[in-house]
Amino acid sequence: MSILLFTLFVFVGSFGAGFLGSLTGLGGGIVVIPLLTSLFGVDIRYAIGASLVSVIATSSGAASAYVKEGFSNIRIGMFLEIATTIGALVGAFLALRLSTPIIALIFGFVLIHSAYVSSRPRDKSAGPVKADRLASLLKMNGTYPSRGGIVPYNVNSVPTGFGLMFIAGTISGLLGIGSGAVKVLAMDQAMRLPFKVSTATSNFMIGVTAAASAGIYLRQGYIDPGLTMPVMLGVLLGSSIGARHLFNAETKKLRIIFGLVIFVLAVEMIYTGLKGLF
Amino acid sequence: MKKTVQKLMNLETEIIIGNILRAGVISAATVVSVGGIIYLFRHGQTQMDYSVFRRQPPEFSTVDGIIRQVFSGRGRGMIQLGLLFLIATPIARVAFSVFAFARQRDRLYVAVTLAVLTILIYSLIGR
Repeated sequence: MSILLFTLFVFVGSFGAGFLGSLTGLGGGIVVIPLLTSLFGVDIRYAIGASLVSVIATSSGAASAYVKEGFSNIRIGMFLEIATTIGALVGAFLALRLSTPIIALIFGFVLIHSAYVSSRPRDKSAGPVKADRLASLLKMNGTYPSRGGIVPYNVNSVPTGFGLMFIAGTISGLLGIGSGAVKVLAMDQAMRLPFKVSTATSNFMIGVTAAASAGIYLRQGYIDPGLTMPVMLGVLLGSSIGARHLFNAETKKLRIIFGLVIFVLAVEMIYTGLKGLF
Repeated sequence: MKKTVQKLMNLETEIIIGNILRAGVISAATVVSVGGIIYLFRHGQTQMDYSVFRRQPPEFSTVDGIIRQVFSGRGRGMIQLGLLFLIATPIARVAFSVFAFARQRDRLYVAVTLAVLTILIYSLIGR
């Protein structure tokens, strides 16, 4: 295939991945990587480098909108970024040392987990909880705007959230994805943040997390300009259009379809991984 | 009264952070697009092959190498420069936050933010 045609196909594919990724809140990377490896025969290390960069673009683009709406909690984000960036460094170092079949296998299992999380509706009922001592000490409790006025909220289980965020960062650095599914687990389930606050804050953090490992990937020569260009531009465009339809689209059906697609891709990745191992 | 001032300062900070992020992404996407057009114009008809992994040479994986490529008009050098802008965007956001927390006299969060900034700078230039 000529580079021109390849670039065009990858751009269109990345556009679709970015669009669906932002509608479902899972991010584009999770579809772009299997798309590149199984459809275009791209080595997974190239795919991971390209996806990681596109993750920074979409996160920063989306966060610029969210921050202005006042949903993101900058203190929570900043504190948890200590965990995610250290995790991202660990993930990037692992990526340099693990063999590609092992990376493909891990990717497959992370995909299945994400498919499961995305097909399940998120618990939006995270009501007022009691103030946690550590959270108060770290000034994490905040407010967010809603139609009924300013709503205050408290934060729980900071250590658990911090630990889960370290794992999220490691997965992000190892696989080149935003690992939104683990972040949801940490912020919705453990820390009991309101739905919109956790979505916005997680988006805010993903860019910094990805930047920590992207620096290492770039310096190790994992980021190919010819491949990353259409991936980054496609995902960015797709996700910014997707974000505009976020609150008026029929997302429930879409989540299920997207979950199924991810499941199929995951099985394919695990099969490739096992074939490479034995 | 003090609370209101703080609220306004928070809002101002959030708006500046939003603008930093937007400017970074737009400039990165523009530079990458221009580089991409040059690259496709020159190499569009070549056959692609990404099935075998080869690390990028230093001219596309180090900051001074990339800048040298940009000055000799290489498309791929420009793409990498745009990607550097992109990686720098969240770092700029964190750097600005250090300043913003310092203005709010929030020592705890100045320390937290400096820790994050150190990790980010290490990943970009550390060994």
